Amino acid sequence: MKDFLFIFRGPAYEDLSLTPEESQASMQKWYDWIGELSAKDRYVGGEPLHKAGKMVQGSKPVITDGPFAEGKELLGGYFIIKAESLEEAAQLALGYPDFKINGSVEVREIMKIPMPA
Amino acid sequence: MSTGTEQPQQLVDHLFRHEAGKMIAVLTRVFGITNLELVEDTVQETFLKALQVWRYGQLPDNPSAWLMRVARNRTIDLIRRQQKLANLSDELSKQLQSSTENAVDQFFLDTEIADSQLRMIFACCHPSLNPEDQVALTLKTVSGFGVQEIARALLSTESAIQKRLYRAREFIRSETILFEIPVGHELSVRLEVVYTVLYLLFNEGYNSLKADELIRHDLCAEAMRLCKLLTEHRLGAEPSTFALLSLMCFQASRFGSRIGEDNTIILLQKQDRNKWDRELIRLGYYYLNRSSTGDNLSVYHIESAIAAEHCLAPDFGSTNWKALLQLYDCLLERKPTPVVRLNRSIIVAQLHGVHAAIDLILDIPGIKALLEQHYIYPAVLGDLYGRAGNCNEGRRLLHMAWSLTSSLAEKKLLQEKLEALS
Repeated sequence: MKDFLFIFRGPAYEDLSLTPEESQASMQKWYDWIGELSAKDRYVGGEPLHKAGKMVQGSKPVITDGPFAEGKELLGGYFIIKAESLEEAAQLALGYPDFKINGSVEVREIMKIPMPA
Repeated sequence: MSTGTEQPQQLVDHLFRHEAGKMIAVLTRVFGITNLELVEDTVQETFLKALQVWRYGQLPDNPSAWLMRVARNRTIDLIRRQQKLANLSDELSKQLQSSTENAVDQFFLDTEIADSQLRMIFACCHPSLNPEDQVALTLKTVSGFGVQEIARALLSTESAIQKRLYRAREFIRSETILFEIPVGHELSVRLEVVYTVLYLLFNEGYNSLKADELIRHDLCAEAMRLCKLLTEHRLGAEPSTFALLSLMCFQASRFGSRIGEDNTIILLQKQDRNKWDRELIRLGYYYLNRSSTGDNLSVYHIESAIAAEHCLAPDFGSTNWKALLQLYDCLLERKPTPVVRLNRSIIVAQLHGVHAAIDLILDIPGIKALLEQHYIYPAVLGDLYGRAGNCNEGRRLLHMAWSLTSSLAEKKLLQEKLEALS
């Protein structure tokens, strides 16, 4: 099994003006998904990211606030997932509950640097 | 980081809705009832934060406390911003801030939360608001329902509900009604209005056959939750409050057995009494017991005793009709409405025959108009005529009832009765 990163962008929940009941239903979908992944022994963990960030860049590095992504582009958090292959990981990502409200998942394999023979 | 070895996380049913009611009540203490919009926005932001943070797998140990804390911090933040606009020295700002935090924290204490919720119930049930606005406002601000959910529950449209809420809020703003628990005589007057609103809410869920079962169930459960909330506060724990709660428990115990497969109505005499919810019946008796203090016998006491009488009978045949008639006589004295007369006549039919019952119904003041306006009157009267052997009159009335209701389940039941008469 290999480790993968699911990087979540969006959705802009603030634009949806969900009622309390809808917010809860939306949240419950995530827990159902996590439960499914856990049952298959695929979910390793996950965490949200703070909205505030800094960019440090340039040949004479400068620290600036940002990036100020729009809601649907905002990187909100990540999962670490176990899967046999990139293909399987992508299949697992199909369970992400927020596609219909403009959310997206980027799936990347975490590279293990092999010991040279 | 949360790990995959945990059990799948599950939020308590309606947690957000219930927390919304609490937060709205507390924040109204802070910002004032004229600022309901700011209050609701702050609550909305709190849920947004939860949604953005909890979904990756970490549910806080105490979600409810977490939400309250976020709302509290956001509140302090908003106040701080307003104080900044006031051009004060650093020294005074600091002092003001710490006293603000202390004052706000007081509002977030459990006992104060309960108090605020009661104040909110009383504000929504202000006697100058009309009943439909009271119900909509209660569902929105006390129960945390969304506009669309209220529309579905009350079989109305979103724009109609928006209008009601707007009207109610405008009234609250322009009349600057107090966000307080009334005292003395005023309290008992207001409690009566609260009972009416809660019972209306309950019946909206219990009787409407047009809304889907889930939302109807929600409404009944919500009315019971609010009534229970009242019983838990020293100023709301009146005998009548317990009586109303016990009535709701008895009624709710039959919730599932009244509707059969494919949405057909199952009448009391045909209901499978094993399906009645024993736990709710037990609670009904418990609260009825607790209601029997003081010397005020409310209509809820009597209606609950009537419901209890039905629950006591192991089958329809062994119903104690005599006791029921006495209770209905008692009810009629306090609530001489056509519906009570109609229900009483059904009991009379069991004891003294259908002819006596028909006479009673024909004697209801304004019966001519009622027969033409509300399906229940021709439905009951038509059924009685059928049982009395007057099939023509029976059919005529059942036809009338059929065209007066838009509920498919009711139409189906009437259709069956019509067929039995031909």
